[in-house]
Amino acid sequence: MLELKNINITFDEFSVTNLSIAIKQGDYYVILGESGAGKSMILELIAGIIKAESGRIFLNNEDISDKNIQKREIGIVFQDYAIFPHMNVFNNIAYPLKNNKLSKKEIKNKVIQISEELDISHLLNRKTTNLSGGELQRTALARTLVLNPKVLLLDEPLVALDVSLKDSLRNFLRKLHKKGQTIIHVTHDFEEAVSLANKIAVIHKGKLLQEGKPSDVFNNPQSEFTAHFTGNKNFYDAEYISEQTIRIKNTINIIANPSEIMCKGYVILPADTLFISLEKPFTSAVNNFEGTIKSIVPSRFGKEIIIDIGINVSVLITEKSFQNFNLEEGKYIWLSFKANSVRFIPKN
Amino acid sequence: MGGLVLLFIIGPLISMFVATSSEEIIETVNDNEVRSSIGLTISVSLATTFFFAVLAIPLAYILARKDFIFKKLLIGIIDLPIVIPHSAAGIAILGIISRDSVLGKFADSIGLNFVGHPIGIGLAMAFVSVPFLINAAHDGFKAVPVRLEKAALTLKASPVRVFFTISLPLAWRNIVSGLVMMFARGMSEFGAVVIVAYHPMVTPVLIYERFGAFGLKYARPVSVVFIIICILFFVAFRMLSNKKNQLRTNK
Repeated sequence: MLELKNINITFDEFSVTNLSIAIKQGDYYVILGESGAGKSMILELIAGIIKAESGRIFLNNEDISDKNIQKREIGIVFQDYAIFPHMNVFNNIAYPLKNNKLSKKEIKNKVIQISEELDISHLLNRKTTNLSGGELQRTALARTLVLNPKVLLLDEPLVALDVSLKDSLRNFLRKLHKKGQTIIHVTHDFEEAVSLANKIAVIHKGKLLQEGKPSDVFNNPQSEFTAHFTGNKNFYDAEYISEQTIRIKNTINIIANPSEIMCKGYVILPADTLFISLEKPFTSAVNNFEGTIKSIVPSRFGKEIIIDIGINVSVLITEKSFQNFNLEEGKYIWLSFKANSVRFIPKN
Repeated sequence: MGGLVLLFIIGPLISMFVATSSEEIIETVNDNEVRSSIGLTISVSLATTFFFAVLAIPLAYILARKDFIFKKLLIGIIDLPIVIPHSAAGIAILGIISRDSVLGKFADSIGLNFVGHPIGIGLAMAFVSVPFLINAAHDGFKAVPVRLEKAALTLKASPVRVFFTISLPLAWRNIVSGLVMMFARGMSEFGAVVIVAYHPMVTPVLIYERFGAFGLKYARPVSVVFIIICILFFVAFRMLSNKKNQLRTNK
């Protein structure tokens, strides 16, 4: 439905290099990347606010690269909402309808209908200068959706909202997607991406690193950046050097499931499959390494311990285990994991 | 120290008001020459302000939004009339509207002579006062977030409609302030105007003439009346602009 082909653009300190993505009708497509990765620029490019130096954009097989911004049938909600401060909520939502020269009656009906859908009909006569972040967000969505855009572009829509508002907006976006709305959503939050997307693209420094279903991207990250970005910190360059031995970062050897092909790739050691102990364990785990605690960082589930075993490995433990083990930086500790918990991803 | 500066501004004005009796003021207000001069000054300055606003506001917008070669030079040129002596500005204007200039010849062909004409006065007023409008409008447009204009474009507004519905209303406070400054500055202009048109006499020229011909005592009442009118206009415009802003934000 929407296709970007070989897009190149440089804008101030941001750039996009040879970007090609394809979004199908009804997709909830999330572009995931750090701040400054060029995500917002991609949205502005699709909307027609900026032009690519090279490459083409197709919407339903029509080349819209040079099409006027007003004729693209693409709606965008900016990160800062871009609500017009000199108009009340009604006039903000009515603005695109007035531009389309609809009658006053039609404008009123459409504004009321969309504001009811977004639960902001009680705000229609309010000034926008004293609305909350969530109310501004809904007003901006209503103003964009009132035109029934073929593609809805959302620039970090959840970033400025508190937890309850995030949930409510997520639900609204899911409903909108279910109704068939094609959505492209950029974010730096991988949990947000997983919770909404049916397809994810990971962008880093203006380049597309990986694209696919959320499960593919998170279970089979194809780069260190993607792995780190998706919360998988134990991701390393590695190589099968014998049937069951993998050499990680040319530093340590681990035992993994047998492989017939000796190839290069990546290893993931999922944090929830790693165990620590104060003495060498005698368990069925075949990988046991002694290392020193490099750092201890509070995490959502307790503590994240970084252990240096030649490579840095991140282990998540509960606050209770942390206190039982009496851990501190510099302390020697054993790290264990089973061969079948090692995930090897061959390089393409 | 600051109080001294304030006293320096207010002191001469107060002393002038104190030195002028109410009889003198009433007599001056009833003086036809004074009345027609004040009428001419206000109407020409007002017309000039509105005429040049049509040209200056879009220019200010372009300067605020577009980058082009020699932009800084252009901004410098716009400020030039503020720094050059106004009599020299008058000579420059006279040069382009006198009968042997291209503009003068054209005016002559349609039976007009800009020299000694309200149009010439208006041009002299505009020359020294239009930078105030351009600079204020430029600052106003600069303060309008570009993102709002981009959002309006994605909401199907044409660039012209974006200008009139987003940029202009949001920069309005600065623009009105610039219009008031231009009007006030044009109304009080003497140096440039006196070169272009001694007659018909705008009030600053009339004050000078009365001073030259009859002395301080006769120039003072006209000055007092004109200052009162200037202040009244200034206050009225300010109130109007504030009210308009309030109405707009309450919409």
